[in-house]
Amino acid sequence: MTTNMTTLAPSASEKFTQRALPFILFALLLIVIPFIGVSRGTLTLFNHIGINIVFALSYNMLLGRAGLLSFGHAVYLGLGGYFCVHILNWIADADGSGFWGNVPVFSLPIFGFAMGALAGAIIGWPSCRRAGTAFAMISLGVAELMSTAAFMFDSLFGGEMGISGDRMSGPKFFGLSMGPIEQVYYFIAFWTLVGTVAMYAFTRTPLGRLSEATRDNAERVQFIGYDPTRVRYLVFIFAGAFAGMAGGMSAVQDEIFTPDSLSLIPSGAILIATYIGGIRFFAGPIFGAILMTYMGSNLSDYTAGWLLYLGLMFISVVLFVPDGIAGLVFGFWRGIRSPGRYALIGKWITQILGLALVATSVIVVVEVAYRWSDGYGDVFAPFGFDLPHNGALTWVIGTLPLLAGILILRRVKRTESEA
Amino acid sequence: MTEAALQLIDVHKSFGHAKIIQGLNLEVAKGERHAIIGPNGAGKSTCFNLISGRFRPTSGRILLNGKEVGGKPAFEVNRLGLSRSFQVSNIFANMTVRENVRCSLLYSQGHGYAFWRNVGSSRELQEKTAWVLERVGLIDKAHTPAALLSYADQRTLEIAMTIAGDADVILLDEPTAGMSHSETEYAVELIRKATEGKTLVIVEHDMGVVFGLADRISVLVYGEIIATGKPEEIRGDPKVRSAYLGDDAEALTLGGAA
Amino acid sequence: METIVFSLLNGMIYGLLLFMLSSGLTLIFSMMGILNFAHASFYMLGAYFAYTIMGVTNFWLALFLAPVLAGGVGMLVERWGLRRVHVNGHVAELLFTFGLAYLIDEVVRIIWGRNAVNYKVPEALDFTLFTLYGSNYPAYRIFILFVAVFMLVSLWYLLKRTRIGLIIQAALTHPHMVGHLGHNVPLVFMSVFGAGCALAGLAGVIGGNYFITDPAMAVQMGPIVFVVVVVGGLGSLEGAFLAAMLIGILQTSAVSINASFSDIFGFLGLTASSELGRITVAQLAPTLPFLLLVLVLIARPRGLMGEREV
Repeated sequence: MTTNMTTLAPSASEKFTQRALPFILFALLLIVIPFIGVSRGTLTLFNHIGINIVFALSYNMLLGRAGLLSFGHAVYLGLGGYFCVHILNWIADADGSGFWGNVPVFSLPIFGFAMGALAGAIIGWPSCRRAGTAFAMISLGVAELMSTAAFMFDSLFGGEMGISGDRMSGPKFFGLSMGPIEQVYYFIAFWTLVGTVAMYAFTRTPLGRLSEATRDNAERVQFIGYDPTRVRYLVFIFAGAFAGMAGGMSAVQDEIFTPDSLSLIPSGAILIATYIGGIRFFAGPIFGAILMTYMGSNLSDYTAGWLLYLGLMFISVVLFVPDGIAGLVFGFWRGIRSPGRYALIGKWITQILGLALVATSVIVVVEVAYRWSDGYGDVFAPFGFDLPHNGALTWVIGTLPLLAGILILRRVKRTESEA
Repeated sequence: MTEAALQLIDVHKSFGHAKIIQGLNLEVAKGERHAIIGPNGAGKSTCFNLISGRFRPTSGRILLNGKEVGGKPAFEVNRLGLSRSFQVSNIFANMTVRENVRCSLLYSQGHGYAFWRNVGSSRELQEKTAWVLERVGLIDKAHTPAALLSYADQRTLEIAMTIAGDADVILLDEPTAGMSHSETEYAVELIRKATEGKTLVIVEHDMGVVFGLADRISVLVYGEIIATGKPEEIRGDPKVRSAYLGDDAEALTLGGAA
Repeated sequence: METIVFSLLNGMIYGLLLFMLSSGLTLIFSMMGILNFAHASFYMLGAYFAYTIMGVTNFWLALFLAPVLAGGVGMLVERWGLRRVHVNGHVAELLFTFGLAYLIDEVVRIIWGRNAVNYKVPEALDFTLFTLYGSNYPAYRIFILFVAVFMLVSLWYLLKRTRIGLIIQAALTHPHMVGHLGHNVPLVFMSVFGAGCALAGLAGVIGGNYFITDPAMAVQMGPIVFVVVVVGGLGSLEGAFLAAMLIGILQTSAVSINASFSDIFGFLGLTASSELGRITVAQLAPTLPFLLLVLVLIARPRGLMGEREV
């Protein structure tokens, strides 16, 4: 019997390489980043990436793990964040005395976590009785309700301007004043790691496993002795809590929260990021969060069309790559180690070529269109080619590679299904 | 007198105007293997759905080990010691075989909705999972996603999940439907082994299986039980023979001969 | 009295526009099981198409052509997008339309710019129809009323009196049966999706110049249309009509009431100096539909008239 058990369960070394090692590498990476001489702007970007990683992972507790599509997850980040901005002000007002006077700013994500859990517990109660479309609609209604109602309570939400605080108040924690961006970076890095490890651990708890079982087959869950509504509700509270934790991280990083942070827009953004990253893999949302944050901060400097690119990417993922980036990455990893790797590499190269052709056309069309639409007479000139909206070359590059690319991709697909 | 494991007293179930179950009375003793047979549309699956808490009876009482369970939600009935399988495989398709069985064990192993424990750290849970998989012969496929299993293996997994929790009353809804002859033989052996010492209620069309397994048989026709008794009594019952026409009546005889 | 009459009239017009949008959404949902997140985007497309067509020719042609174009875009989307994701289930379809809404928003910004366009009421309809309590009532609003009622009657006729209507009605209650009856289901789906989008486009043509035609109009209208459909009961046209009128009148009336909570709940001791007391009913207006949605889903998940649970 014990031999069966040992053959079934992964060995100690497997456990280490599959579970502990990725987190150790992740932690090392987080520690090393500030030492490679990155600029303040880049550190701020990393901070936002950290916040979004926690947010996206918490979202995936719902979408990927529990199968619940929410259009209002930002509500929990927003409420946790607002609570923490208020705490920042209470800490500043307390001036070192009383309870709040002794709370280090470093601990704010814990309060955000609690607030998110509380909000999840209250809002989740009516929402989680239903799954599927009903759940999605309720989450949408709640998000709109919260973001419109927030404008009515200025003392809580601060109206259009929102509420701001000062992260440098309160007692120091391990000598961190939270003033310089490097210190904020370590704060974010610490909580990103805590959140990631905790959410991974959650997937391995009985409740985490039951949430997946409920996603797969809510009915059967009843016949193994569990109430699917209760499973969803508990998972929902945890998802809200971790989103609130991300809110606490964001409160310290940005020192401001506005009612917009509760609205459908950030909720939709995290849905897109998580899905592009790949909802079936734990690491998927991490990829998605990194990509989206990077695009939002850097790509937006280069092109007005970054939102359109993000939307196109999202639609393409929904249509063609339901497992997202993580699916591609792990598929590549498996493929490269399989005996048929040479055939696979050939296929991949063809696919990349096809994709590149499609992308060339799409980018040209989008960029030319944006410049034409602005009406400033700006001309898209990549690598020194002038591509005005009425130039013949523009139209050739905008159409021919697209058609060629689609043909190539379709051919690959056809040979694949024939094989 | 010992208390029955399962007792149905004058149970009715209607869907709108359609009266599917009309006054069902059934008593299954502890440790008995009881088969329910009957023509298509007789209400066998409805009967299972009523007992297991999937449907709420319109009227009547359902007692599990003497406790009223009629109208209770399915998860509560399960916790009181009743487990069932489904006619159409009803498994957690995206999870591995091992995870399917492990999830089915969680409640009976006292894990509740715990979020502070690692499923991998409970030695007992691992051993019981391995034991169940070994017993049903799926241990080699433990790490296969359930959706990729062959049809017969999915049926086996369905049975494994049903017997995994320590329920003492097991309901199997057509466990061998769609299986080949050899697969059926294997499944019957498996059911016999796995339900040792437990109470078994089985709905089945394959008369070979029914007569091979059951201690007693009830015949359900149009929502009523027209006969209950030992296999040989049922075989000779003229009411049963008239309810089963043509091929089925022959099957009854053949099943008896097998 | 004056406020009540105007609120009712304007509320009815708003409600009818909402119904025009939600009837398409209901038809699509009932037949295909798809909650089209991008539905309001077709409303926006209708308005922009009408604006462009009106710039070249006239409003009357736009009134006809813009919905047809919006419907055409809808059919293309169904054929090349939705049909592909259909195998991956309803969540995938919902996600696809969610992404589509996102894309249409951006494309509209590229083609027509980021600011509102000057989509005007046609001159022929730009006059005061009658004067009520000393206020002028624009003729265009009554025109909207007529178009909406005309559409309502046509839809009713189509559904109750024609063969296509019979098929659609059958599909509303027994979606799986239509295929068994030997109809070309993909074609039916494509047509229904196109027709639903065309209805949304029509709402855009007549609503775009009544409200405002800008790239945010889809985002503003979308969630409210969802509310209408869910509150009315998914799959029920009657329910959608009831909910649309309810929300239209509720929201329009609320905007015109300047009473604050302290005025209304003063007897409970709520004072005008407290934050809660200062909130006016008018301020509450934007939250009303969503409040209604949450309440209905908690209290009556089937919606007002729905037969199926959401």
